[in-house]
Amino acid sequence: MLRKLFAAAQVAGLFGAGLLVTASPALSATTQAPLKEVHWSFEGPFGMYDQEQLQRGYKVYHEVCSSCHSMKMVAFRNLADPGGPFWNPKYPNPNDNPVAKAIAKEAQIADIDPDSGDAIKRPGTTADYLPSPFANDAAARAANGGAVPPDMSLLAAAREGGPQYIYSVVTGDGTPPPPGLALPAGKFYDPWMPGDVSSFYKGDPHKIPTGGVIAMPPPLTDNRVTYDDGVKATTDQEAKDVAAFLQWAADPKMEQRKQTGFAVMIFLVLFSGLLYGSYRQIWRKVAH
Amino acid sequence: MSEHPSTYQPGTAIERWLDARLPIIRFSADLLDYPTPRNLNYWYTFGGILSFCLVVQIVTGIVLAMHYDPSAAGAFVSVQRSIMRDVNYGWLIRGLHANGAAMFFLAVYIHILRGMYYGSYKSPREVLWLLGCVIYVLMMATAFMGYVLPWGQMSFWGAKVITSLFGALPLVGKPLTTLLWGGFSVDDPTLTRFFSLHYLLPFVIAAVVALHIWALHVPGNSNPTGVNVRSASDTVPFHPYYTVKDLFAVSLFMILFALFVFYLPEAMGKVDNQVAADPLKTPAHIVPEWYLLPFYAILRAIPDKLTGVLALGGAILMLFVLPWLDTSKVRSMRYRPTYRMFFFVWIVASLALGWCGSQEPDGVIIPGAGPGPIFLDYGVNTVTWLSRIAALYYFAYFLVITPILGLTETPLPVPDSLYTPVLSHPAGVPAGAAAAPETKG
Repeated sequence: MLRKLFAAAQVAGLFGAGLLVTASPALSATTQAPLKEVHWSFEGPFGMYDQEQLQRGYKVYHEVCSSCHSMKMVAFRNLADPGGPFWNPKYPNPNDNPVAKAIAKEAQIADIDPDSGDAIKRPGTTADYLPSPFANDAAARAANGGAVPPDMSLLAAAREGGPQYIYSVVTGDGTPPPPGLALPAGKFYDPWMPGDVSSFYKGDPHKIPTGGVIAMPPPLTDNRVTYDDGVKATTDQEAKDVAAFLQWAADPKMEQRKQTGFAVMIFLVLFSGLLYGSYRQIWRKVAH
Repeated sequence: MSEHPSTYQPGTAIERWLDARLPIIRFSADLLDYPTPRNLNYWYTFGGILSFCLVVQIVTGIVLAMHYDPSAAGAFVSVQRSIMRDVNYGWLIRGLHANGAAMFFLAVYIHILRGMYYGSYKSPREVLWLLGCVIYVLMMATAFMGYVLPWGQMSFWGAKVITSLFGALPLVGKPLTTLLWGGFSVDDPTLTRFFSLHYLLPFVIAAVVALHIWALHVPGNSNPTGVNVRSASDTVPFHPYYTVKDLFAVSLFMILFALFVFYLPEAMGKVDNQVAADPLKTPAHIVPEWYLLPFYAILRAIPDKLTGVLALGGAILMLFVLPWLDTSKVRSMRYRPTYRMFFFVWIVASLALGWCGSQEPDGVIIPGAGPGPIFLDYGVNTVTWLSRIAALYYFAYFLVITPILGLTETPLPVPDSLYTPVLSHPAGVPAGAAAAPETKG
């Protein structure tokens, strides 16, 4: 549909606007189950990240997600930034943080050998960005049945519902398809994935199942990872933790933003009060 | 610039020397001293608020440009990785700039509505009003091009939709679109030229703002009664009376602004724009920013593309010609209760258009009733038909109601002096009709 639409827009070229507008009714069959309710430590004007949760979430990302999903905008040093999973006030410069250094060192980073010019792999440093699982999009597409697994740096910001969306989709992936819904091999039903399954559905046309098809096999199971802090690694816990970690990855400056905002608000309220007093003082003898 | 006699006395030899060569201190002193009607309410503080907005946009924009890479390959990464993560307080500077654009439009809409309500566009202030309309159009162009720069999905597809509109124009359409794109599709050259123009236009806006203020200081401010200033006792010097009042209003405005920047930084953005631009993947719903939605709804309401584009242009043109459409001798709607009612309906129609612009064209208005019988491609119970009705009222307000009502209505008695309603209320609350908005700040 999208490709056809694009081709049409290209042909008509100058009339792209109208095509897109008239095309939207056809796309509007997209459905999605209401996102699952989750409560996060970072909700509200004073909510902050739960550092232990971020560490658990990083572990899930590192051991599960990162085998298919890249995270190109996050560097190893960022993991030890203030508000990050491995921030330690003893190391104000995140590049000195021993955890970040150790994590970076484990990674193999593609580089060019300065002496020979050969393509090599070397251990990472804190300045390196998290390595991508595939060399390029074409390789990612070839290995994943034609769909590129989206980069995860901004995933929580790029989906309506953010971390709640990620939690719902990840836990909903692999929901047994209702009777009448026959999916091709390598595709999974997910009521929380926005989509339209009508082309795979042979049941009552008035009861088309909600949600869409996802190419990602159900990624999480109980004890898929072993948490270092003793928290029980249920599927639900893993999904929450990785969603929180991805929220941090998408909005790493949230803590700094909220803290600065609080000070700014106090200042502005006091400043406004002062200005209002000045205003009353200056205008006190003038009827207006 | 202003016609009031200068009261500046050069105090020192250096000031006298400079005053005879470049009387810049006298010029500033006269501006500060400018006699301003004493009855201006808080709706009149939005001029000052808008100056604040322009300065914020220019200052934050200059800093952002230091870190931004205007190329299709680098733009998204330079914004989302460098500015948002690595630049010190980059998240704050970008938050101010992106939300500042929306705040700028919020303020300019209130400023325009204030001008419409109090008849500030009428003789002798037509040029002042026209310059304001020019600023508004320049703001829309600047905001649109700025929205393209992060090079997310909505940036890219928004650029494609809006630039394609020009293609609907006969003869010039195709070459004009090619010129805008710098090629045959939205691509690297489009982004680069939009960046260049986005940096240029704010300074053009600043220049037109200077003309706008000049044109303000020739006839002087209008005021909520619409009655001309008749004596010195009707006015107070701009400083300190209105500097302090404007500053107080700016400070309140900053609280609202800060609320968005620090606590809801993405509330007015679209999630799709957090995905890098992909020419092969059309987002399901392409929607402009909220401040352009009413015009987008008018465009979509009309089945024929060229007519739609002309209607969009016409909707903006209405503001330009308003001074010549209004036949009433009375400036302020305080004394025009019938017109005021039509004006409030016009605001509702514009808001309805804005809402329609954010919805899908075949969305159903009354739930459960179905789309209804189809006329001109859409059911009567759909967003498209609501926008058609609202657009019809939008134009009728300017082209029919405003000229006819000015001749037929009976206005309320207008006070002899702008000072009279002030004195009749010792508490300092202006008289004005019940629905007059001056009680809000």
